Amino acid sequence: MSLEVNGTVYETDEEGYLADLNQWSSEIAEKMAIDDGANLTQPHWEVINFLREYYEEYQIAPAVRVLTKAIGKRLGKDKGNSKYLYELFPYGPAKQACKYAGLPKPTGCV
Amino acid sequence: MAATQFQTPRIREYPTIPVLVRGAMAHSQPFVAKPDHQEPLGFPGELVDNWKEVALKRMGELLGKYRSLQVFLDICVKCGSCTDKCHYFQGTADPKNMPVARQDLLRKVYRRYFTLAGKYFPKLVGAVDLTEEVLWDWYKYYHQCSQCRRCSVYCPYGIDTAEITMAGREILASVGIGQKYSNEIIGKVYKIGNNLGLPRPALLDTLEGLEEEVEEETGVKVRFPLDVKGAEVLLVTPSADFFAEPHVDGLIGYGKVFHQAGISWTLSSHASEAGNFGLFIGNYENMQKVAMRVREAALDLGVKRIVVGECGHAWRVAYSFWNTLIGPFDFLDPAYPVPQHICEFTHDLLLKGMIKLDPSENDDKVVTFHDSCNVARASRMGDMPGGQFVIPRELIKASCNHFVDMAPETINDQTFCCGGGGGVLTDDLIEIRVKGALPRMEALKQVVEQDGVTHMAAICAICKSQFTKVLPYFDLGMDMIVSVHQLISEAIVLEGSEQEEAPSTSDTQS
Repeated sequence: MSLEVNGTVYETDEEGYLADLNQWSSEIAEKMAIDDGANLTQPHWEVINFLREYYEEYQIAPAVRVLTKAIGKRLGKDKGNSKYLYELFPYGPAKQACKYAGLPKPTGCV
Repeated sequence: MAATQFQTPRIREYPTIPVLVRGAMAHSQPFVAKPDHQEPLGFPGELVDNWKEVALKRMGELLGKYRSLQVFLDICVKCGSCTDKCHYFQGTADPKNMPVARQDLLRKVYRRYFTLAGKYFPKLVGAVDLTEEVLWDWYKYYHQCSQCRRCSVYCPYGIDTAEITMAGREILASVGIGQKYSNEIIGKVYKIGNNLGLPRPALLDTLEGLEEEVEEETGVKVRFPLDVKGAEVLLVTPSADFFAEPHVDGLIGYGKVFHQAGISWTLSSHASEAGNFGLFIGNYENMQKVAMRVREAALDLGVKRIVVGECGHAWRVAYSFWNTLIGPFDFLDPAYPVPQHICEFTHDLLLKGMIKLDPSENDDKVVTFHDSCNVARASRMGDMPGGQFVIPRELIKASCNHFVDMAPETINDQTFCCGGGGGVLTDDLIEIRVKGALPRMEALKQVVEQDGVTHMAAICAICKSQFTKVLPYFDLGMDMIVSVHQLISEAIVLEGSEQEEAPSTSDTQS
């Protein structure tokens, strides 16, 4: 599969996750969201940016509690929970947000 | 992330045998593994040219290695007892999802090439040639079986469909058609140590975060130690316990139990996974290689005991196969079971009075228990028959004042699979996962409506993830599903915690 953004074609896996993390740009994230019928707002970007920062350091997406804690710090304590993250990313914060952030899909019993 | 289009099955007033819909799930197949998922496991990267020859050779090897497989293929008398026992059949009405019919996909090829009658009079005995069409039928329908073995409970001969599914998948992988989900995961275990691919620094960061969280909530410094040499217990748990909800609350529960009992323990970054997908793909060598990491970690850390966290198939592999896969365990303390299930471990401490539980902490809940298939039908727990049913329930009852069981034909050894076991827990199989969840959802809805059940506890990472995903399809809340040790985590009386009521000690540092 592939994704076309501004005339450039990017390779993705069967589920639309970017094949090469380094090709990521915010336009790619926007395009993925539009294709899903979603609209990326500031809180979405806080999550996406944190995922990218964490991945760069640890080579894996953050565990749910690491993520909720970080988002709580950035957006306010009432938002540091998975209920809020599911509101932002209804297909599941781990999977949908990782996709927009250009990260590989988390695997395993999750 | 457009949702796949399919109809969620309707909850039936009375479970009935569905009217057959031929080919209803003939479109369902998981993503095929790519060469870099196949090769690290010792399988060819893609379909080999001489696939027929390789497939039959592999089938012959499996028949020789597993006497049970040949017996199962020979002895079915088509009595029909298994037909309506499969959750996938009930949810899809596809006749090929009747366990006997799913077995027959392999059986008819076995007859053609391995029995006298099938070699000379194939039509008389329902034997067929192995064609590419048959191969892809295997690929589709052997990934519509979660190897849960409910059908085998009702089979008068005890034919184990799971073993036939495993053989089918093993033959497929050996000709180059592996399942992406399972094989990619096994590769991550080899490379990084766990199914998720959590490297040591991320694991450490996650565990430190949990320590802070528990201290904030309880005021007690509960540790989540990693790679501590000389600890008494090595805890091996599914990596989902580090990563996902509700799993992580179970992990917090284990930590509190170890803390309160004063037993030193450690996790291992080398064996940071209890799950063993080698079982799902039916491949002995890969199953052994995944399991070996546990032995290596136990020896390296010098522990005396190995305890396994809440994970269904991990417990099957540990309980039933570890001894031959990675034994002997003569380096461990013989005073304790090898291996020991975390529920067994906690239950033992409860009986000895080494931990105290205050069930009123869970008074906001009415809890039921989902028996996970691999624990229920492929293992045991404790020193009594049926301990795998009794012990988790005893733990729940000690942690909650309100416990209700679901209908008797849906629990204990007759439990229904969650719908996501055996390598099916992947988004590309969401349709079969939702449809296969139907019988469990029906039983759950019944106790929700009749008894006001608010939560369902489970002791398997797959069950927990599967229910989180499928409950909303049936208009139930995704957060209904909890870990058994999450309930214990709420109820356990920690010395020095604000929750503690007994004024017995002034030591808050424990």
